[in-house]
Amino acid sequence: MTLEKLIFYVLAAVVILAAMMVVTRRNPVHSALFLILAFVACSGIWMLAEAEFLAIVLVLVYVGAVMVLFLFVLMMLDIDLAVLRAGFIKMLPLGVVMAIAMAAELILIVRAENFGLDKYAAPARHAADYSNTEEIGSVLYTVYMYPFEIAAVILLVAIIAAIGLTMRKRPNTKYLDSTNQVLVKRDDRVRMVSMDAEKG
Amino acid sequence: MEFFISLWEALPSELQYLIWTLIKIIVIVAPMMLAVAYFTYAERKIIGYMQVRIGPNRVGPKGWLQPIADAVKLMFKEIVIPTNANKVLFLIAPVITLAPALAAWAVFPFDEKLVLADINAGLLYILALTSVGVYGVIIAGWASNSKYAFLGAMRSAAQIVAYEIAMGFALVGVLVAAGSLNLGDIIKAQQGGLFSWFWLPLLPLFGVYVISGVAETNRAPFDVAEGESEIVAGFHVEYSGMLFAVFFLAEYANMILISALTAVMFLGGWLSPFQGWPVLGPLFDWVPGFVWLVIKTAFFMFLFLWLRATFPRYRYDQIMRLGWKVFIPITIVWIAVVGLAVVYQLPWWFD
Repeated sequence: MTLEKLIFYVLAAVVILAAMMVVTRRNPVHSALFLILAFVACSGIWMLAEAEFLAIVLVLVYVGAVMVLFLFVLMMLDIDLAVLRAGFIKMLPLGVVMAIAMAAELILIVRAENFGLDKYAAPARHAADYSNTEEIGSVLYTVYMYPFEIAAVILLVAIIAAIGLTMRKRPNTKYLDSTNQVLVKRDDRVRMVSMDAEKG
Repeated sequence: MEFFISLWEALPSELQYLIWTLIKIIVIVAPMMLAVAYFTYAERKIIGYMQVRIGPNRVGPKGWLQPIADAVKLMFKEIVIPTNANKVLFLIAPVITLAPALAAWAVFPFDEKLVLADINAGLLYILALTSVGVYGVIIAGWASNSKYAFLGAMRSAAQIVAYEIAMGFALVGVLVAAGSLNLGDIIKAQQGGLFSWFWLPLLPLFGVYVISGVAETNRAPFDVAEGESEIVAGFHVEYSGMLFAVFFLAEYANMILISALTAVMFLGGWLSPFQGWPVLGPLFDWVPGFVWLVIKTAFFMFLFLWLRATFPRYRYDQIMRLGWKVFIPITIVWIAVVGLAVVYQLPWWFD
């Protein structure tokens, strides 16, 4: 077994274990941390598949930004674990049916005979100076220009909608506007009074 | 000796490669740890002099052995794990903070040929790794099961996410100007003396990057995550002994990393400031590139200490406002400017 294969199997095992932990752990923060582990190991597998750009962006965007905010929210929420555990037996039949349905769908579509080296030839190895990033960039901005731009617009709309939905005026907050603070002049705060010295 | 050589040649080539890489990693990390140790000494001395004190001066001549004494002391201190803390996460958190700070050096070009992994996506790799470091702080704060630690972790997470975007965008400007993600190529794109370096055409991004770097490392004046006057010591209140020392190491290693990266991105890394100048150029030709890099890095390291001794701590809402409402718009505007300059091949830098 070559070193590369060994690395692949170790990473794959880590991904599967971490993914299983995500759904089985009771504490949501632990689940989120295992999800991060799964992402990192996944990025290692992508790296082996010579997709350096996607691998690094996975860590940068999902691990470095999305999951930080996710953890942030999870840690702030006061989740009552007892409520989460309640009703397990009651929901079990429905859950089992759903799981079987999902598994059946997956097996129907992603069958082993659809894959294999005879179906898809192994891609040729690229030299060390081959730049994945440039390749993706040139495809994104030429062939997939419109889908890319449309995706960007949809994301922008989603951002604006999210802000619009969550923004609310709260009149009783003690929020300070930095601009007003900076623009304050001495005359606004201090009144100079000239008085005669008192005798006494 | 010949026995060892034959033993070495008997090893499979992959194992040889692995051992070679490990040796190179040690050659990078060991001086780094020493630099961190003496950076803490420099900090205490410099801030001492800025405040008209002498600083540490008892251990060894002029206090030179102070960091060694501190290290020994921390190593022999008891590690206290709070009763209700999550043990595994509590122990793993300092490691997660330190590891990215050291791993980022893998793609760092110390000289024209001196780099451990000369990969194409070096800049992306560094961005990705520095963004992972925040987990150490968040996990430490959460696993400590303490209110102060938790508050510190939340503050730090929000702050790092905010400034990471500004920092990333500043580096996008650098990559547009250099046309490459490889750190070595970024330096080579800055050939030709002090005024060809990227600090001048990318001046706003340079400023944003340096200030965001200070915020990213949770250093004064952005150290609300520690905020000793408000939340004791923030995310590492519950840590003691060697575990605390690892956090401490990570903070200083991160400062050195940010300083070195600033030198590479905006001040031409190993390039001489007098390159191609009539008289001074040939005069300083003999200086190895590594020395220039160290001088530039040392300047930014000094800047970190200087800022700490000079400025009072920022208020939290002002930090957020600066990150989101000032820095990000500046970087976006300047990326557009740099993009136009590169497309239309603006003279002096981009032609």
